[in-house]
Amino acid sequence: MSDISCKIIVGLEIHVQLNTKTKIFCGCALAFGGVANTRVCPVCIGMPGVMPVMNKKAYEYSVLAGLALNCNIPSFTKWDRKSYYYPDLPKNYQISQYDLPMSEHGYIEIPLEGGETKRIRILRAHLEEDAGKNTHTLGNFSAVDLNRAGTPLLEIVTEPDMNNGAEVKALAVELQRIVRYLGVSLADMQKGHMRFEPNINLHITKDGKVYKTPISEVKNLNSFRALEGSVAYEAKRQLNEFLEHGTTMEMGNKATYGWDDVNECTVLQRVKEEAHDYRYFPEPDLVPIEMNEEWLNEIKKGLCELPIAKQKRFVSEYKLSDYDAGVLTADRATGEFFDAAVAAGATPKRVCNLITQVGAKLANEAGCGVAELGVDAEVLGKLAKMVDDSEVSASASVTIFEEMVKTKKAPEVIAEEMNLMQKSDAGEIEALVDAVIAENEKAVADVKEGGKKSKKSMGFLMGQVMQKSKGQANPKVVSQLLAQKLS
Amino acid sequence: MSEELLKLTCKELRDKIAGGAVKSVDAASAVFDRIEEVDGTVGAFISTFKERALETAAAVDEKIARGEAVGALAGVPIAVKDNMCVSFGKTTCGSRILEGFEAPYNAGVIEKLIAADAVIVGKCNMDEFAMGSSTENSGLKKTVNPWNTDCVPGGSSGGSAAAMAGDMCFASLGSDTGGSIRQPASFCGVTGLKPTYGRVSRYGLVAYGSSLDQIGPFTKDITDTALMMNVISGRDERDSTSVGEDMAPVPDYLANIDTPIEGLTIAVVPQFNEGADGDVQAALNAALDVYKSLGAEIIEIEMPHFDYAIATYYVVATAEASSNLARYDGVHYGHRTADAKDYIEVYSKSREEAFGMEVKRRIMLGTYVLSSGYYDAYYLKALKVRNLIRSDFTKAFEKADCLMMPVSPSTAFKVGEKTTDPLQMYLADIYTISANLAGVPGISIPAGFDLDGLPIGLQILAENFAEEKIMRVARMFEKQTDFRLASPQL
Repeated sequence: MSDISCKIIVGLEIHVQLNTKTKIFCGCALAFGGVANTRVCPVCIGMPGVMPVMNKKAYEYSVLAGLALNCNIPSFTKWDRKSYYYPDLPKNYQISQYDLPMSEHGYIEIPLEGGETKRIRILRAHLEEDAGKNTHTLGNFSAVDLNRAGTPLLEIVTEPDMNNGAEVKALAVELQRIVRYLGVSLADMQKGHMRFEPNINLHITKDGKVYKTPISEVKNLNSFRALEGSVAYEAKRQLNEFLEHGTTMEMGNKATYGWDDVNECTVLQRVKEEAHDYRYFPEPDLVPIEMNEEWLNEIKKGLCELPIAKQKRFVSEYKLSDYDAGVLTADRATGEFFDAAVAAGATPKRVCNLITQVGAKLANEAGCGVAELGVDAEVLGKLAKMVDDSEVSASASVTIFEEMVKTKKAPEVIAEEMNLMQKSDAGEIEALVDAVIAENEKAVADVKEGGKKSKKSMGFLMGQVMQKSKGQANPKVVSQLLAQKLS
Repeated sequence: MSEELLKLTCKELRDKIAGGAVKSVDAASAVFDRIEEVDGTVGAFISTFKERALETAAAVDEKIARGEAVGALAGVPIAVKDNMCVSFGKTTCGSRILEGFEAPYNAGVIEKLIAADAVIVGKCNMDEFAMGSSTENSGLKKTVNPWNTDCVPGGSSGGSAAAMAGDMCFASLGSDTGGSIRQPASFCGVTGLKPTYGRVSRYGLVAYGSSLDQIGPFTKDITDTALMMNVISGRDERDSTSVGEDMAPVPDYLANIDTPIEGLTIAVVPQFNEGADGDVQAALNAALDVYKSLGAEIIEIEMPHFDYAIATYYVVATAEASSNLARYDGVHYGHRTADAKDYIEVYSKSREEAFGMEVKRRIMLGTYVLSSGYYDAYYLKALKVRNLIRSDFTKAFEKADCLMMPVSPSTAFKVGEKTTDPLQMYLADIYTISANLAGVPGISIPAGFDLDGLPIGLQILAENFAEEKIMRVARMFEKQTDFRLASPQL
C-alpha cells in the first residue's frame, strides 16, 4: 500500500444580487417573482436604439462591498460587452467588466471552529447585469421572462484558498453576513440573491510526488448545503477517478457540473474543449467610470464594523463565548442592539441571555429581528440591569420582556404592575427567614453542624424563604440573613 | 403657389407659418402632393405619416390662431432616416429583419422635433443598418438621385438627402457613421452636417457603430442647419455619451451665423486631394479661391495617419456592429424564420434569411476582429491608430481654423456601378471616415457641379464642438455663391 495524502483546493465564484430599487441600466423595479415580463422596458428587453444608463447606486454598492472585502478600488474602470447567444439574453451580449474590474486583490477573513479565522484572498469583484429566465412549460415552445434581465449582480472571484467544504461554507456564510451588514444585498438564498460556483480539484501526494486532478466547476448552487455537499462529493469522486484511472489535470480538461439536490451528487454537464470565446470589447454606449477621492470617501461612509471584527470584539471586550458572539453578530442590527443595551450599564452576559434566549424566540414569533421588536436597546439594558441588581429575578425578566414587547411599557412599571419586584427590605425578609428557621429544625441543625449536608440544607432553606416570599425576596439578602443567623 | 412654397427654407417657412401668412396644413399638403408626384421615381421614403402629419399641422395652425407661442420648427415638414425610432409608425433600418417593427418609444431627436412643433412627414430609405455609401444596400427599396435617376443618391442616408433634393421635405435628419450624411448631401446638392460625437443624443438611433454614429441635419442652407441644430443638440440623460452643458455648452447657432470669421486660416491636405476626380478638385480649388478673395489664408498640412483611416474604420465599426446587431435574432421581435428545429436554428435561419449581403459581410468581419487571438492584432491596434488620427486633427486645428477637402472622390456614381466591388465602395469614403474616428464635426455644402451636371460638395471640418464656427465659415461661402439654389428637374 502506497503512502497517499490529499489536499482539496477550492476557489469560488459568487454572484450577489444587489439590493437596489431599480435595475442596473434602466428604471425598471427590482422585485422577485410576479407575472412574466411585467417589469421590463425597451432598455432591458434590448430593443433597437435603446441605450443603457448606469445605476449609480448599484455601482456604489459594489464599491462598498469591494471595500469591505479589502479590495483595491482603481480610479478608472470601464464596461465591456460579453457576447454569447441565449434566448434569455435579449441583446445577445451581457454588459459586464472584463480587464478593469471595479475592485480587485482583496481578502476576506472567515471564521473557523473555535474562534480561529482564515484569510481567503479575493482576486476580483465586478459588476454586471443578470439575464432573464427561460421556461420550458409550453410544450413545443420555450418562453422567456425578462423580469430579472438587468438585475445588478456583483460577481466575486476568490483565489483557490479553501481546503474543505466547511471553509467554503464558512466563506459563503461570512459573505452573506457582510453584504447584509452593508445593506448592499438582502442575500436571500431562497430568492437566488446569492449563487455559488465552486472550482474544485485535488492535490494528491503519492510516494512523494504531487498529482493534480482536473478542475470541476459546479454551476449555480444556491444553498449552503449544496455548496458544502458539492465540494465533499467532488473530492471523493476525483480521488476515486485518480485511484482507479489515474486521471490528472494533464489528461482531462476542466469540466462543468451541475448539482443534483435529490441524490446529492454532481452531474456532468460538459467538458470544456477550449475556453468559450466571449469576444469581450469595451461597451461604447457607456462612459468609463472615474473614481475620485471625494466620491470614494462618500461611499466609505457606508462602511461599518464588519461581522467578524464585531464577533471578535464581543469575545474580547464582553468576555462572551465565541458561540454567543457569533449568534449576536449574525446580523448587524442585533449586534448593534446588543452594544447599545450593554452601554446602558448591564452585564454583557445578562443582556446576551435576554437577547439570545428570550428575544430570539419573540422575534421569531413576530417574524422580525430582535432590534425590530419595538423595545429600545437601552430599555432592554435596563431590564438586564434590574436582574443584575436583583430587583427582579432572572425568571421574572422573561415575563417582563414578553410584556415589554406586548405593551411597550417600561420594565419597572411592568415589574410593579405584575408584582415581580424582588424585596430587599431586610426587616420584612428577616421575618420570613425567622419563620423558616423555626419551621425547619432538621435542616437548620444540618447547616449548623457544617457537615456534608450543610450546603444542600442551606439551599433548601433558601428555597423555603423564596417560596414564602412568592419569589419576590432578593436572594442575596436572604442568603446573607440566613448565613448571619445560622453561623 | 405650392411650388413656391416648396422652395422656401425652413426658417422662411417657419416665420411665414408663425406669422400667419402660410398655413402649416398647406405646407404639409404641398409636401405630400410632391411625394405623390415624384417619390414613385425617387424612392426616398420607406413610410409616410400623412394623416398624422396633417393633424399635427392643423394643431400648429390652431395654436397660432389662438395666439399661443410655437416652437422653432412650427409647422415645418421634416423627414427622418428610418433608423430613428418613432412611437407612431415603423422603424425598419432598411432591413427585412425589422420589416414591420414598431418601436414603443420615440428617439431623443424625434421628441425634440415634436417639442419644436415640427411636422414629421415620414421615414427615409437607407442602406441596411446604415452600412453602405449608395443606399443600394437597402433591403426594402431602391432610391435614386433626383439629379440623375440613373445615379445613386449616396448613402447611407440616401433617402434623407434625396427627399431634400426632390423638395419632399424642408429639412431631414440623417446619421453619419463614416460619411453617411456628408456624402449623400454632396451627391444630392444639399447641405449636410455631421455634428461632433456627443452633441446630439443617439437615444433611439438604431446603432451601427456606436462610437462613430451621430445624427445630423440635411438642409437647404446654413441658416437652416443652425436652426435644426438649435432644436436637436444637447445632453440627453438616456445617452451617457451625449455631452453636457458643463463640458460644451450649446450656443444659439443662429445668433452669429452671418458674422464672418476674422483672419480665417484654412488648412488643406494636398497629398490626398490629388486622389479626387478633376471636377471635384476644380470645385475645391474654386471654393478656396472664394475664401482667398474674402481674405482667408490657405495653408498646406499633412495628415500622416489618414491613409490608415479606412482600415481602422472597418475594424472599429464592424466590431461594434457585430455586437449591436446580435439582438436581431428572431426571438424577441422582427423577422423569425418559419422553419426552425431548435433555438440555434431560430437564430441562424432568421438572420440568414433577413440580413443582406453587406450586413452579413460586416458582422463576419467584426466577429473575426473581436475573436480571441485576433483582438490585439486588429481591434486593439485599430484603437491605437484611431488615437493617432485624432492627434492628426488636433495638430491640424492648432495651425488652422478648419480643414477643407472634398467629400467624395467623385460625384454620384451610377446605380449598380460599384455593387460588385465592395472594396471600391469602401475606398470612396476616404475623405469622410476620419472625422468619425476622431469625433470631430464636418459639413458638406454645395460647391459646384461636374460636367454631367451632378452636384459637388465642399467639406469643412473643425475641432470638437466647433459647429458654430463651421457654419459661419460655410455661410461666408454661401453668401458668395448660389449653388444651393439650383434644383434638379424631376
